[in-house]
Parts: sequence; structure tokens; C-alpha cells
Amino acid sequence: MTDLGAFRAETRAWLEANCPAEMRQPMRSEADMCWGGRDWTFQSDAQRHWLEVMAERGWTVPDWPKDYGGGGLTPEQAIVLKEEIARIGARQPLYSFGISMLGPALLKFGTEEQKCHYLPQIAGGEIRWCQGYSEPGAGSDLAGLQTKAEDKGDHWLVNGQKVWTSYADKADWIFCLTRTSTESKQGGISFLLFDMKTPGVSTRPILLISGNSPFCETFFDDVKVPKDQVVGEVNKGWDVAKYLLGHEREMISGMGLGGGGSLGAAMKPADPMLRAAIAAFDVDALAFQAMSERFTSLWKAGEAHPASPSMMKYAGTELNKRRNELMMAAGGSEALEWVAKQPRDWLRSKGNSIEGGTSEVQLNIVAKHILRLPGA
Amino acid sequence: MLLTDDQKMLQETAANFLADEGSIAKQYRHWRDTHCEDGFGHALWKQFGELGLTGIAIPESHGGLGLGATEAALVLEEIGRNLTPSPFLTTGIVAAKAIEGTAHADRWYPGILSGEAVLALAVDEGPRHAPDQTALDAKRQGNGFILNGHKQFAVHAASADIIVTAARTSGSPGDSNGITLFAVPRDAAAIDNVNLADSSKAGRITFDNVELDADAVIGEVDGGWAPLSRALNVGRAGAAAELVGVAAGAAAMTFDYLRTRKQFGKLIGEFQALQHRAAHLYGEIEIARAAVLKAAQMLGSGDDRADLWVSVAKAKAADVASLAAREGIQMHGGIGMTDEHDIGLYLKREAVLGELFGDVYYHRNRVAGLSCY
Repeated sequence: MTDLGAFRAETRAWLEANCPAEMRQPMRSEADMCWGGRDWTFQSDAQRHWLEVMAERGWTVPDWPKDYGGGGLTPEQAIVLKEEIARIGARQPLYSFGISMLGPALLKFGTEEQKCHYLPQIAGGEIRWCQGYSEPGAGSDLAGLQTKAEDKGDHWLVNGQKVWTSYADKADWIFCLTRTSTESKQGGISFLLFDMKTPGVSTRPILLISGNSPFCETFFDDVKVPKDQVVGEVNKGWDVAKYLLGHEREMISGMGLGGGGSLGAAMKPADPMLRAAIAAFDVDALAFQAMSERFTSLWKAGEAHPASPSMMKYAGTELNKRRNELMMAAGGSEALEWVAKQPRDWLRSKGNSIEGGTSEVQLNIVAKHILRLPGA
Repeated sequence: MLLTDDQKMLQETAANFLADEGSIAKQYRHWRDTHCEDGFGHALWKQFGELGLTGIAIPESHGGLGLGATEAALVLEEIGRNLTPSPFLTTGIVAAKAIEGTAHADRWYPGILSGEAVLALAVDEGPRHAPDQTALDAKRQGNGFILNGHKQFAVHAASADIIVTAARTSGSPGDSNGITLFAVPRDAAAIDNVNLADSSKAGRITFDNVELDADAVIGEVDGGWAPLSRALNVGRAGAAAELVGVAAGAAAMTFDYLRTRKQFGKLIGEFQALQHRAAHLYGEIEIARAAVLKAAQMLGSGDDRADLWVSVAKAKAADVASLAAREGIQMHGGIGMTDEHDIGLYLKREAVLGELFGDVYYHRNRVAGLSCY
């Protein structure tokens, strides 16, 4: 047996022994997602157990170094783990912006002290993070942000407002883009970390067309942040921000995969025209799945173009919107019933091609950085 | 799905060889404009042999390289990019697979390896691909068989030493059982050498009491479906890879044009209306290539999802190559409509390859069927 074969057998046995039956049931709604954090109330003992055993093994972040709470797996092993988790239909033990966004940025730009402090807390689901990026006047034009951080000698004094802060009302800490200089647009941004319980921080949820409120407005009124809570150099936060956006886009592109199965097999469309539309969709979705696997290998091997997450994000989110449209069509009038998950998912999906940079911004990035088209 | 160092080397060899010897001027336009009956150059096919490319799909036991569908895909993408007409797909990949493990392999592999033999596959009997509808009648007669019926869209049939032909020895159209593969010598049947839109040649073949010896049978009588399916699968994956090359070639030409053509005092690539379409096309080509590599990987490992992935790859690649060619012509404007410019050739090639071994609709339908809906 190859080493990878042995790893697969070992992993399969471990998952069989440790993943509770309840955690192998499909999620019924967003409420079944485990986000962790200081104020988290576990839905069940099974949810707690599943997070604890996976975190103990470093498998909430399988490819991070063991020193920072990761599993230290090779890319090939990480794929095997993913496949074995999918095989038994196990739920993701932890949903976390710390894992998908802040972690990779800290691994690249953080000091050793910052990595040792923050990363294990993320891996264990102890601290829940939110992302302070967009502002009322800085959406697609993110670098135009105005939230100010003044150097007060022994601390930063933060004043301003963020918007579209996902789960800010539930988060423990925020990673936040602030303006520390007005001399240059991109060259005057710093990347700060601070506790959401700091005096002067307040949040207000935004009600979406889906009837849910996953996003907030976040206000900073004379918030004092310790000086050492800057990631990367002062005024060079844009580099950190862009790197993190790459990971955010990679994460968001994952929604192109849906649940992983065939839409047609799930919907069994009787109408021949709908069947044809769904078959066309399934081809695109499977091709995107292959792209996602290939992108992951290329990205980890350092062979992917740095701007390629933009291509992935664009393709994945447009695909997910199309999936939701087809599910609405297949569901007919029942899909319109407001108590069901369906219409809310459909409405929520419209934001996929806006959040994390609109489809149009992603296409601009591909045109400029990959195709090198003039004036882009 | 990363390429190994050996695969990257093969890719580079094929890319250099085909960009130079296989270029549009030296091959496609040359053979078209000299009205070549074969539609491709035999000298180039021999060069494929000298470089060892003809042996990619032939087992090492027969002197080939014994490589897989991924290696074939890498070469075919370069063929597509340069629109190089050659028997590589039909002879070196498809027919080589159809005769694998039979006495016909001993007979024909040496000629394929040296780039001298040309083999064709005859499956379709109507305008649309439907292999299980095979009706061409083969009846036992004495020690052999007598064939009556019709085949069409048999690529390179008029240039082939033998035509691997699917015929019905039992059952009725729609049954996958009862199909037998025969090695039909070119002169045994009447071939109308049809010139297609891309100037490639395909035979319409009439079988009027064609008598064949028993040893013309490839594999088992009534058991032709399995080898035919294997041959069609590598052919579909191969055509998909070639389509990705066609798409990438058309896109590269178009992106260059966007960087050089001026209107309204600006490079037209500065217009966001074109930038977004170009960026979308780029992503679609990347996705199609990934689907092809995935299908090749599945074929290589003998995975039971290979049928599904092959159809995904063929449907996606045909779709994307069509997009690339259509966008290519539109973004080139008037010059794109001229015969003098190469961009139009990509549209013609994409259409023929898209049809070969099943079009977008055939393969979407197959994906639905294999997914049980």
C-alpha cells in the first residue's frame, strides 16, 4: 500500500470511530453550522464533540503547521481527508473567517508572536472573527476607505464606520482596514486586529431581502487599539488586505460546488426543457468542480497566477446563482413558500456576486493582471 | 491534478514541434489550398513518428510509450492550438485503442509507430452521433461475413489503410449487444471522400455486399460494444483536449488583437465592454482544460466515473471552443470575416470537432442519463 493509501485507511478508521452519527446528517439550515467563539452555544453534545476531536487532531485546519494548531498535512493528504469526510457525509466541524481569511494572512504577514497567539485560537474555534473591510463610501472601490486610525503614541485611536461586516454582532474580534495616512490611497492603509468588546465598538444588523441578517453596520467611536495589534507594516496593510482577499475569493468560489452532487439527480426534472437546462448546468458545475480541484493543487504548488482566485470567485458565484434559479424553477410554487429554506437561499445567493468584490471587479482584475489588457 | 516533470517535457516538445512544423501556414492552409485529397500531410505524420508521439497510446510491449489519456491530451491541445491536420487522434488514439489486445494490433501498431499507417473509425450512420443505433448489417457467409449498409463522417476513411467499422451481427438498432468491429480494407467499400467545412476529409461509405474474411473481425463477434466504447471514450476526451487547444489558440489571437488594434484613438482592449468578455472567456477555457484533465485522469485510473467525466469534458470543451471562436470573430470585426485572417479557421475547426463523437447536446444528455435523471 502506498503511504497515501495507508493515510486514507487510517483516516477512514479514525473518522468512523470519532464522527458522531448526528454530525453525518445533512444540515437542515444555517443554524446547524458551528461557528465557535467565546459566546457560542453548542447545539448538541455531538456538535461540541465533533469540533473538539477535530481541533485536537489539527483537522479544522489540516494543512496549517502543527505548531499553530494545524494538522501539518501535505496537499495530497489534505485532499484525501476531504474525500473521506465527504464519503461519510460529515459536516464541517467549524465555520470560521479566521480559518478561511485571517489565518492565511497571518501565516504570511504575521510576526512569530502573532502567529503563536492568534492561530491556535482560530484552529480551536475559541475566537470568532469578523472582517472590517467595506465602508458606506468604499465598496467596489475598497482602497477609498476612510475609517481613521490615529497614532496616539501608546495606542491607535480608531473612528469611523464599516458596513457589510459579516456576523459582526456575533464576532469576538475584528480584522479591520484603517486609514493611517492620507498621502496615498493604497499606501495609507493599515491592517488592525482588535476585540469587539473594546469600548466604542457597536454593531447594527442589516435586514436582507432573504429575511435574514448575516451582515451588520459596525461603528467605531474613539476605539483604543494597542500598538502591537497591526499585521504587517503600518501603511502597508493593502498588501495584507489583497492577499487575504485572494483567500476570501477562493473560499467564496467554493459555493460553486454546491453540495457536490448532481442537481439533476436531486431534482429529477420531469419537464424536458428544464431537464435540458439542468443538464447544461450539471456539465458546467462538474467542470467547475474539476477546476476547483486543479486550482487547489496549482495554488498550493505555487503554480497558480496570483490573480486566479478572481477567476474562481467569478465563476463559482455565477454558477451558484444559476443553481438557485434552477432549483426555484424545479421546485415550482412550493419553492416560493417563505417558511422553506429554498426562497431564502435563492434570495441570499444574489449577494454572492457582490460580496468579496463584484463579478465586474473580478473581471477587471483578470483583464488587468492575467490578460494584461491595456488601460485595465 | 498537477503535471509531472515528464508530462511537462512532453508538452514542451509537442508545443515546439507543432508551432513550427504544424503551423497553420505550413499545414492547414497548405493542404487546403493545394486541394490535397487527404487533407493532411504524410510527411508530418512521419515526423510525429520520429518524435515518438505516435506511440503515446500504444503499449510498451508493442514498442510504444504506453502512456495515458493525459499525455494524449497534452499533445492534442497543441494540435488544436495550431489547427494542425493529422491522423494523430483518429489513428494514434482512437483506432489504436479499438484494436488493442487483438491480432490487428500486431499487424498495424508498427505502421502507426512509424507514422506510415492511417486507420479510420466508422461509427455514425446518420447526421447525429448514435453508436448504439448501429444498423450496418454483417451476416455470416461461409468462413466470413458480408456487409450491407452505410457509414458517414468517418474521418480520414479515404486515406486509411483500414477502416475500423462497427457493424451489427445480431440484435437490432438500439441494442449495445450484437455489435461487432471489423477491419475493413479501404478498397473493399465505396468511399465518397467528403470535404468538410474545415477542409478536413471524412468518408461517406457504402457497403454493397462487401465480403470480409473471418479474421477481419476485431475482438469478439457480437462483443464490439466494449472496445468501441473504450475507443470512443479516448476519442471524446481527445477531441475535447483538441477543442481546448482550438479555444486557447483563438483566444490568444483575439487577446493580441485587443492589445494592438486602435479605434477612437484608443487600443480596443481598453474598452471595458471587451475586457469583461475577454476575461470571462479566459476563465471558461481554464475550466474546460481542467475538465479535460479530470476526464483523462479518470480514464487513466479506470475509474467507473470515467464515462461521466468524458462527457462533461466533451460538452464543456465544445461549448467553450465555440464561444472562443465566435467571440474571436466578433472582436476582430470585419477582418475576422475574411479568409485571409486565421481567426475564421478556428470557427470551422471547432464546429467539426464539436460534432465528432457526439456534440454538446449528445453529451449533456449522456451526463443526465449517467446521473439517473
